[in-house]
Amino acid sequence: METFNITIDGKDVQVERGETVLEAARKIGITIPTLCHLKGVHEPSSCRVCVVEVGPKLIASCTLKAEPGMQIRTNTAKVREARRTVVELLLSDHKRECTSCVRSDNCRLQEVASLLNVRDIPYAGEHSKTTVDLSSPSIVRDAEKCILCGRCVSVCGNVQTVHAIGLSGRGFKTAVGPVYGRALGESVCVNCGQCVMACPVGALAERENIADVWRALADESKFVVVQTAPAIRVALGEEFGMGYGARVTGKMAAALRRLGFDRVFDTNFGADLTIMEEGTELIGRLSSGEKLPLMTSCCPGWVKFVEHNFPDLLGNLSTCKSPHEMEGAVIKSYLAGKLGLDPKSVVVVSIMPCTAKKFESGRDELSRDGLLDVDYVLTTRELARMIKEAGIDFKNLPDEEFDHPMGLGSGAGAIFGATGGVAEAALRTVYEFVSGRTLEKVDFEQVRGLEGIKRSEIELPGGRKVKTAVVHGLGNARRLMEMVRRGEADLDFIEVMACPGGCINGGGQPIVPESCRHDMDIRAVRAKAIYEEDAHLPIRQSHKNPYIKQLYEEFLGEPNGHLAHELLHTTYVERSRF
Amino acid sequence: MKTAEQLQQIREHVQERLMARVARPDDFGLPEAKRSVMVCGGTGCTSSDSKAIIRALEQALAEHGLEQRVEVVRTGCFGLCELGPVVIVYPEGVFYNRVKASDVAEIVESHLKNGKVVNRLIYKESLDVNGLKPLSQVGFFRKQRRIALRNCGLIDPGKIDEYLAAGGYKALEKVLTSMTPQEVIDTVKKSGLRGRGGGGFPTGLKWELTARPQADQKYVICNADEGDPGAFMDRSILEGDPHSVLEAMAICGYAIGSNQGYIYVRAEYPIAVERLYTAIVQAREYGLLGKNLFGTGFDFDVEVRLGAGAFVCGEETALMNSIEGKRGMPRPKPPFPANEGLWGKPTVINNVETLANIPPIILNGAEWYNAIGTERSKGTKVFALGGKVVNTGLVEVPMGTTLREVIFEIGGGIPNGKKFKAVQTGGPSGGCLTEDHLDQPIDYDTLTALGSMMGSGGMIVMDETTCMVDVARFYLDFTRDESCGKCTPCRVGTKRLLELLEKITEGKGTMEDLDELERLSIQIKNTSLCGLGQTAPNPVLSTLRYFRDEYVAHVRDKKCPAGVCRSLLTFTIIPELCKGCGLCARRCPAEAISGQPRQPYAIDPNICIKCGLCLENCKFNAIVKG
Repeated sequence: METFNITIDGKDVQVERGETVLEAARKIGITIPTLCHLKGVHEPSSCRVCVVEVGPKLIASCTLKAEPGMQIRTNTAKVREARRTVVELLLSDHKRECTSCVRSDNCRLQEVASLLNVRDIPYAGEHSKTTVDLSSPSIVRDAEKCILCGRCVSVCGNVQTVHAIGLSGRGFKTAVGPVYGRALGESVCVNCGQCVMACPVGALAERENIADVWRALADESKFVVVQTAPAIRVALGEEFGMGYGARVTGKMAAALRRLGFDRVFDTNFGADLTIMEEGTELIGRLSSGEKLPLMTSCCPGWVKFVEHNFPDLLGNLSTCKSPHEMEGAVIKSYLAGKLGLDPKSVVVVSIMPCTAKKFESGRDELSRDGLLDVDYVLTTRELARMIKEAGIDFKNLPDEEFDHPMGLGSGAGAIFGATGGVAEAALRTVYEFVSGRTLEKVDFEQVRGLEGIKRSEIELPGGRKVKTAVVHGLGNARRLMEMVRRGEADLDFIEVMACPGGCINGGGQPIVPESCRHDMDIRAVRAKAIYEEDAHLPIRQSHKNPYIKQLYEEFLGEPNGHLAHELLHTTYVERSRF
Repeated sequence: MKTAEQLQQIREHVQERLMARVARPDDFGLPEAKRSVMVCGGTGCTSSDSKAIIRALEQALAEHGLEQRVEVVRTGCFGLCELGPVVIVYPEGVFYNRVKASDVAEIVESHLKNGKVVNRLIYKESLDVNGLKPLSQVGFFRKQRRIALRNCGLIDPGKIDEYLAAGGYKALEKVLTSMTPQEVIDTVKKSGLRGRGGGGFPTGLKWELTARPQADQKYVICNADEGDPGAFMDRSILEGDPHSVLEAMAICGYAIGSNQGYIYVRAEYPIAVERLYTAIVQAREYGLLGKNLFGTGFDFDVEVRLGAGAFVCGEETALMNSIEGKRGMPRPKPPFPANEGLWGKPTVINNVETLANIPPIILNGAEWYNAIGTERSKGTKVFALGGKVVNTGLVEVPMGTTLREVIFEIGGGIPNGKKFKAVQTGGPSGGCLTEDHLDQPIDYDTLTALGSMMGSGGMIVMDETTCMVDVARFYLDFTRDESCGKCTPCRVGTKRLLELLEKITEGKGTMEDLDELERLSIQIKNTSLCGLGQTAPNPVLSTLRYFRDEYVAHVRDKKCPAGVCRSLLTFTIIPELCKGCGLCARRCPAEAISGQPRQPYAIDPNICIKCGLCLENCKFNAIVKG
């Protein structure tokens, strides 16, 4: 690698060819503010906050590649005034209701304005006026807060290849939105929420259901049950300053109990149940040779993506409901029966790392006799807000256990939160189902990691190979689906998670502040925690979960049996391409 | 597919036809002379229905049995668009202006049949006491030197044979058969040609920088996304001489090692687009585009891409995004197109007028070209002359010609006896210059030093009835509207600038606003991503610089000296002159005027909406505005 020196503010810095001035400055402790830049994803150099002086010119440092001998100045009167003017201009057309904004404590614009000592906004001109888009059950768009950085557009189009939103109009009337001025809820949006994660301000946020949940909790006629997805416990602590990758399972259970939930369950149980059903389905399809490759259906963003873009492959999707929906269905039938409750009085709340789960929970297919399997979905962020609102000192809570029976999940259920986890969990069970033998080592490391499309072949006893692909990020999924469509994929089983890295980096997870993103891949950090969680659990295979066995024995009968089909499986619909 | 010899035969064969289109005063008035009737088929004359004139001519000639003796040629633009539709008859060189289809019968009968010129239709400037002046001596043409426009008005742009006869594709042949790519680059470098689209970057250097990188594919783009309001030189070249651009693109392709060209042209230029398509088909038929040109093994082809008319798509990186099918928004530079252009490949992007200069430079040599113009601006420049000037139209003059020569000699000065006030050069990104600058030579560096720019060659003349604050407001309104919305300073900054200007024209401005106007302008220039934003404040800065007193009058005295800004006007009836006819009161849409018959009327300023109808209607000049 070619290295050379450049000078920044009089200091020599050694850089590698291809490095930007922004990165070089960071190496010597000079923080240049940025707003629009998302390295590798979105590099438009359009906000102009990161300008530096190069000779007589101001140039955006985010995309300026270092050249030998470059002389850069980052802290001159000219630079400071330029940066401040840019932020003042942005703020002059920004809905400045910062105190009540959902991003009040984590807003990049606010942070940059503060860094640059912006105090007065000298412009009294027109504000862009739009109404808040509440059409989507998952995501709320408030264009009056949008600073038109375009990150959401790049993430949606280039990373996820969903292309639900784009830029339209010109100049001051430029706006982000779906085609033909449609509302988000009427678009091809799959609700993954990656746009929310990319948004530096509060223009994109989850559709909050906090008030609904408080209302249910306050209603004495309701029996309110909560379940938490595997990815929550490795991220929730971030919201309380407990660092990245902290595992807070016990504190989370304690907090939920203090919030007043009647039962605190674990979606890992639902994940185990999913493995029983989906594993059985896989074995069935492998032996019949039909509708292969089997594609996972746990991820509602992915499911909607297939419904819009690959309706011809809907038959390949597993008919299994997603884990929390299965668990909700079982709570309202099996558990309600056991506890002698009227299912109508039972409210199921799912804490999910996901915004698409909000859409999913409202699907007609996921209800029984007019009762939704899951009533409300809250994101990790919303749960944190509730805990804060309730005045709970989360950090200092004691560790508590989940309630039973649905609070016990295996390690296989735990790893559902990371890309590769569903496939690994399935293999842990399928291997033993097919062979009748016990695996010596349950770790299938070949399906782990952050490579976009991971292929592997697992040889089952008896010589049958299961050709597996693990995909995360819908852009990768699209590439693979096009191969499947062309008949070039040669696969038996495909696991897809819509979000890059899987649920641990879902659209409902805590938003990592800009300043912490440079030196850390949050996906790897949270995934590591999830695999630790798995390694520490006494039961690491779904079919070995005693409460799962009990559920089948007492209630469901056989996996893929009649009642299981009625309660745990679903159907899909074809949706418009645009 | 034609060989070089066949092309030469075509040239010689058609040459005779072109020679007939030169004024030969000896043949003047001879009824028997073989005549050519040139009818302008540019956009301006076409929209005043020159097509109908051609139809009427062909019909009348047939009726009189003159089809063999008189040739009708639909040409590109002559430049004097103000006087369209324009018809020129050779060999006399008679210039008929504002011709209607109904005039054609008379022209045919009197002039073409009987040799008697139709005086009432002749362009008045071409007449003097001795009768008809040669066109080259008419004020509008005398100081012009047509290089880029050399074939406009001379040939039928729909016929490749005529382009060939005018020397077309000789430069390409020369380059391919006798020059190395480096020699081509050296010639263009030595010629001193600089980009005519606005930036003024040395063309030869651009070619050299693009020739340098190794790449499996390179591209040549012709930027025909002409967007400055009032500028239409690129359109005229494409309409009047499309092959010159194709030839130049192939030459560039050879020089840099590219075999694919794109012409990005606005869809609002239907005539230009149609002629380009025709020209490309013809050039391919003759083997002048496509594979193995002139048997040398060099391949080059051109495709047309239509732009939807966004001003920003004239910016080279936005243009390339648009060709790639993306939203037309600029990319950061570096990387420059020479290294990473269209689809990430090294790309030369040249403006139409720049390219039109290439074939003559190759044929006549660099020294011929760099003898024209000033020290750092060589050759000629085409200007679209407009606004408050007698001869609006297209003019091509050597660099270094003064503003005075262009406006007063070629342009014929200010109409209606009004006084010259300012000239705006460089389109919406340019600046306004004053009477003090009239004797400055027009070249890149002088205009830039004066706070304006060459731009693509718009030149808008303003007289004393123009308010300079309003002019700045007008241009800002344009750039605000055309900003692509990508970068903050251009998207929001131009809006805030416009709001400040509106505040001032409404009489609500403060002296602090003037300082803020200047400060914000400089910030927008310094921080914008592309040329659009970097130059958008120029009209504000140059008017602030040269016409600050007008701004101050708006702010401090709440007056618009030119009487343009409505909010600052008051309409008053002078009692001494008012006859009490009551017409103004009847015309007033706001019922702001009252009075008794035969007594002086009065305007209630609180009701008056300042529409000016009263003033227009008063027969006694009893109403004044101020």
